[in-house]
Amino acid sequence: MNNKKLIGNGFRFFIYGLVIAFFAWAIYNQYFSYIFSQSSTFLVLLRQHFVLVLVSSVLAILIAVPAGVLITRPKFRKAEWLITNIVNFGQTIPSLAVLALMISVLGIGFNTAVFALFIYSILPIFRNTVAGLDTIDPNLIDAAKGMGMKPSQILFRIELPNAVYSILAGIRTAVVLNIGTAALAYVVGGGGLGVWIFTGIQLFDNGFLISGAIPVTIMAILADYLLRKLENVLVPKGARAVSNT
Amino acid sequence: MEQWARFLEINAPRILELTLDHALLVSLAIVVALLIGVPLGIYLTTNEYLAGTVLQVASVTLTIPSLALFGIMIPIFSLINKGIGFLPAFVALVLYSQLPIIRNTYTAIKNVNPEMRDAAIGMGMKTHQRLLRVEIPNAMPVIMAGIRTAVVLNIGIAVIAAYIGAGGLGVLITQGISRGDNYLIISGSLAVALLAIIADGLLLLIQKRFTTKAVVE
Amino acid sequence: MITFNQVTKKYSSEKTAVKDVDFTVDEGKIVVLLGPSGCGKTTLLRMVNRLESITEGSIVIDNENSMDLDAIELRRKIGYVIQSNGLFPNMTIEENVMIVTDLLGWNKKKKKERFNYLMKLIGLDPKIYGKRYPHELSGGQQQRIGVVRALAADPPVMLMDEPFGALDPIIREKIQDEFLQIQREVKKTILFVSHDIDEAIKMADKIMLLRDGEIMQYDTPSKMLSHPENEFVNQFFGKDRAIKSLSLHTVRNLQEVIGLAEMDESIYDTKTINVNQDLRNTLSMLLNQEADQVIVTNDQDEKIGSITIDLVQKYLHYEIKGKMSVSQEG
Repeated sequence: MNNKKLIGNGFRFFIYGLVIAFFAWAIYNQYFSYIFSQSSTFLVLLRQHFVLVLVSSVLAILIAVPAGVLITRPKFRKAEWLITNIVNFGQTIPSLAVLALMISVLGIGFNTAVFALFIYSILPIFRNTVAGLDTIDPNLIDAAKGMGMKPSQILFRIELPNAVYSILAGIRTAVVLNIGTAALAYVVGGGGLGVWIFTGIQLFDNGFLISGAIPVTIMAILADYLLRKLENVLVPKGARAVSNT
Repeated sequence: MEQWARFLEINAPRILELTLDHALLVSLAIVVALLIGVPLGIYLTTNEYLAGTVLQVASVTLTIPSLALFGIMIPIFSLINKGIGFLPAFVALVLYSQLPIIRNTYTAIKNVNPEMRDAAIGMGMKTHQRLLRVEIPNAMPVIMAGIRTAVVLNIGIAVIAAYIGAGGLGVLITQGISRGDNYLIISGSLAVALLAIIADGLLLLIQKRFTTKAVVE
Repeated sequence: MITFNQVTKKYSSEKTAVKDVDFTVDEGKIVVLLGPSGCGKTTLLRMVNRLESITEGSIVIDNENSMDLDAIELRRKIGYVIQSNGLFPNMTIEENVMIVTDLLGWNKKKKKERFNYLMKLIGLDPKIYGKRYPHELSGGQQQRIGVVRALAADPPVMLMDEPFGALDPIIREKIQDEFLQIQREVKKTILFVSHDIDEAIKMADKIMLLRDGEIMQYDTPSKMLSHPENEFVNQFFGKDRAIKSLSLHTVRNLQEVIGLAEMDESIYDTKTINVNQDLRNTLSMLLNQEADQVIVTNDQDEKIGSITIDLVQKYLHYEIKGKMSVSQEG
């Protein structure tokens, strides 16, 4: 027993040590120096990155969740198979290509990047919305209908509250993915912290690499953490226990 | 259409070559990831304490954006003069594959019916016999699903690796971007999508082939 | 009261689920729709609250044609219980039970009172269980909640689709008893789907046996057992229908017709049974013990005689096989 605990703790401290060693090494070599010496540029890039993610994610949620609701209504159910397959195929197209192809449609710039990120974020949110609504026990819908609930009441009181766990997980996936993809916005002239990473790659400058990559990484991990916290707040207690088992 | 035909006539051999490069990079990474992930996943079922930490670390790793991970790895691998090229890309892909493989192996073995495990112990199987004959075969579909997730994920991530000189289909896309050539971009991304779909289908086939009929996912 | 007038349900020109069904469920009675799977019993039930459309004919509920009402309004006036209880996992027990009254716009105080009353009916403390979520309850408790949820807005009519089918036999029997007790108090008009013969005999005022969407027989349980109208009914209830029919008679019935036996005081460890118990339970008690008699007690717990296998057999012979129309009270 104690041995197992030892191994567990050992591993944990090994990882801590690795992270600390990395930061110590990076700081010793002044790889973070650009964040301070070019702090105004850094703040601009950081803000661009944040706005890219925020705007494209919000737009994607506004489109994907209603679309997922719509496709699971009885009227459109027949199209679900087709749409789901298209979405699955869409997800295999590399994000870089989506960004690149937008250039020929919208030209170069911030808006192009937002639009590409928006398109790419729709997929996971849509997929999880549909999955969440599809896995609801049909008996619940039957019971709700039988007791005289209107379709809108069934949707808002039964279906969405029980699917919210899955929908939020989709949003989290999309946002975290989006933070990474936004680093590629440089390619279409969309700015963001990717600018420093690419500069670092092209100039072989470790300072630019680390000053760009570490903030992006922290942003992604933080977003993941915060959105998980949000899930705990928003998912109804009973629905949570069911989705966890 | 005619332009496409001409484009393919010139570029088909190169596309094929890059596709093979891409597939090779991903397959190598997956094989290594399996060699680490599956035994680790199995071991974790016997050590809850370690399981929590490992799964957490793997899950955080997966949230690191690929370009950022490459950005972090270049300085580290520069220490041994391998800052760009195959090695950092390969290591990154191995790392990204760990979560789906470890997690699925771990949960699959955990979820093997305890009565089945009891029966195996009851008829006198040793731990390794039990693992090989009872637990792993029954956990196979879920483990395979984890491998499929990892493969599809890696095929996408390997595209970005072109920026750090690891070759593969990403080269077509990055060249297409710098030359403003949509043919290159489209053919590159279609090849990536196709590769992902074929790999996924192939693995599904293997999974069906090698799981006992009675074991259903 | 629910009246079915020549009700027919066709899924396509060849596939008919329900054929020309014509019957009435009297006010305050339980009618059990019984039959093999695919006989159309669930379809028939679901036509009442219009979860299934009616192809031909009409269903009249308390003098109102169901088609004249808005489907939503109609359903709110009909209690609906399904096998898998259909409790909403995202809502607390109280929210689940009160959802129809919520839809109907009852005020808070009225809802609270009603909730407390309903929970008392099923013997669960409203303070403890109100705030819990469905997954925190046992299967039996969940099903009880499913039943009182249907009763919440005090609908005159209830539809129950194999409500106790998913429970294990011991709990099922307990909840059946409990439900009959509740029914004595609330006196709803109930249509009840079952595939379990014993359940049907126990719960029903009248049983309707269906096959391929057609009525085979519609009668009281005792008539159904003693006078099957055709070979299908005969087969369906089986060779042991005489024994099954014992559950329709109580020790008191036997006492009134042929009297009890003397108590044999020399046997000191015999079990006792209440005079209101049914004869089927009595028989199984007799068969499962050494002594060949069981002491009978009245409502005041006084010993009033004993009962033996011989007596049960005699009663079976004279009263059930002979002139099967023995009264069916209790």
